[in-house]
Amino acid sequence: MNSAMARFAVRRLLSMLLVLFAVSVLVFLIFNVMPNGDPAVRMAGKIPTETQVEAIREEWGFDEPLYVQYVRTMEQLFSGEMISYATRQNVSEEIWKGLPRTLSLAVGAALIWMAFAIALGLYSALRAGRLSDRFLTVLALIGISMPVFWIGALMVYYLGYKAGIFPNGGYVEFTVNPLEWLWHLVLPWTALSILFIGFYSRVLRSDILETMGEDYVRTARAKGLSERRVLLKHVLRNSLIPIVTLWGLDFGAVIGGAAILTETVFDLQGVGQYAAESIKGLDLPPIMAVTMFGAFFIVTFNALVDIAYAALDPRIRLEGRSSR
Amino acid sequence: MVPPSRDEAGSAGTEFTLDSSEQLSRDPAERAGLGPWRLTGRRLRRDKVALVSGVVFLLLLASCLAAPLWAEHVAETTPEENHLSDQVLVDGKPTDVVDTLGKPIGPTWNGHFFLGADGNGRDIMVRLLYGGRNSLLIGLVAALGTIAMGLVLGLLAGYYRGRADSVISWAMDVIWAFPVILLGVALGTALALGGLDLGPITIQGDSLAIPILIIAIIYIPYLARPVRGQALALREREFVEAARAQGMGSLRIAFTEVLPNVASTLVVFLPLLVANAILLEASLSFLGAGVQPPAASWGTMIAEGVERIATAPHLTIVPGLMLTLSVLSLNVFGEGVRDALDPRARVRIEH
Repeated sequence: MNSAMARFAVRRLLSMLLVLFAVSVLVFLIFNVMPNGDPAVRMAGKIPTETQVEAIREEWGFDEPLYVQYVRTMEQLFSGEMISYATRQNVSEEIWKGLPRTLSLAVGAALIWMAFAIALGLYSALRAGRLSDRFLTVLALIGISMPVFWIGALMVYYLGYKAGIFPNGGYVEFTVNPLEWLWHLVLPWTALSILFIGFYSRVLRSDILETMGEDYVRTARAKGLSERRVLLKHVLRNSLIPIVTLWGLDFGAVIGGAAILTETVFDLQGVGQYAAESIKGLDLPPIMAVTMFGAFFIVTFNALVDIAYAALDPRIRLEGRSSR
Repeated sequence: MVPPSRDEAGSAGTEFTLDSSEQLSRDPAERAGLGPWRLTGRRLRRDKVALVSGVVFLLLLASCLAAPLWAEHVAETTPEENHLSDQVLVDGKPTDVVDTLGKPIGPTWNGHFFLGADGNGRDIMVRLLYGGRNSLLIGLVAALGTIAMGLVLGLLAGYYRGRADSVISWAMDVIWAFPVILLGVALGTALALGGLDLGPITIQGDSLAIPILIIAIIYIPYLARPVRGQALALREREFVEAARAQGMGSLRIAFTEVLPNVASTLVVFLPLLVANAILLEASLSFLGAGVQPPAASWGTMIAEGVERIATAPHLTIVPGLMLTLSVLSLNVFGEGVRDALDPRARVRIEH
């Protein structure tokens, strides 16, 4: 790690903090300047009296200037003392409760989609132009065209409710019963993976085909390496870089809220579903917390990928910020 | 999540490498000395799968646009009219549209309730067509909005560089950092409750403009970033220098000299953007933050269907199939356009 690399990393981290700050201000403003969003009125119940609303406003500090409220909100967020307006429960505790569920979904799905994408992408590239390649292409395109919540709902109905093979949604903790944990996650993993398998296998296929035409592959063949060795050591290795990049970014996004639909359809009660339910009640503290949580993962994985790229490729370091 | 040209930022996608120019000179259309656009047209015409997909999408669009005709003359109802206590003839026997247990009628394959009814006794075929109109309209308008805004921002950032570039690129980073669906749902819910009051313009809470605006903004970075990268490279080229030497203003150069050269990127993006916008609209509507009931869209229809999936699975299946079919046709057509125009372009949009 030389000094140029260190400078790049520091610059990248600083811009990351600035972006997170902007995200927090934006979310805060969206829910505070919205008409009909006054939390005091909502908390006072169905038929609020003016005095009740005033009392709540004072108690929770809604009458203070916006920037004071913002600073207090952020203090609560970082000290883990944020309280939901709607349920009066501690927000960080709720997120901690949902996190293992979201992580189980994300890690399992990420492994599944990567394994299938590599296998199918490689197979497709080797059979390029043949019937099996076309068939896989069609499948991949259908996969990226289906809404995840639709295929998820159909899975729950046909394989869960009707056939009774899989549970009808829900989640069982790993420590309680590992087998049940696995069984409850098979359908969510599959539903979430379909889209990514479609994307990644297509990207990998075209990258492999492109790499096969490179001079160094021709050289490797010419020097007498076996086809298998050329394929695994020279072609696949280089073709994997783009989808590994995507993998990092998408994994961050899935933890950071992209799984909100999958969690909702399969009733996994993860972080995403918590956010979806809080949004329905315009409950600012959990929305704030989950958005920041999600943005943090997205930004972190973006930065990690950038720094890894810079470590591998010195040209990016010189370009600095404009590399993105 | 990845900008299409993350690894090739700066190299305009239409520049040919040695290999591809060799390959293209073997293309009979190329030898005829055609311009790039006509060449694209010729290549696209030979891509039968892409053409069929394009036609399928246009047919879907046309039938959804003709929704009022079907509603008035065939089904004789409206998308929002309830028929809870009505009866309809099935095989010559009058049958309840919604039976006493709340189970709606299935497909009759007749004019009335062609695809059956939903839990409120509304005609699904009629709702499907009207809902498709909303879904496709939102997708198309949002994608055009994204292209317009992403183009202007990308050109300004790439051509002017300096402070404009810093501010725009940073704003793109901020949009990028938001969890997409979370942002969309949060905005959609907040706006659906209160509407939007922008001085002279007031948008009602149930207006289609709200999901359109949200979707258009969310996808801006996907377009602004590659456009910026291309503008950065193009501004150093000789023809731009020549324009500068002629005394053209920089704004004019950006929009008359640089813009036509990024047009191919826009064309490649459009069908794929529309496809993703349609899917995002469905996701937002599914979570209650897109099209607001009683209006229909394919997403809201699936959301309503899932609640009754145990008694009437067709309420979920039918709108989902329409959604998948239209997105699939756009994706296949979009790939054909990309292959015809710019085989090396990498386009990836997330939904």
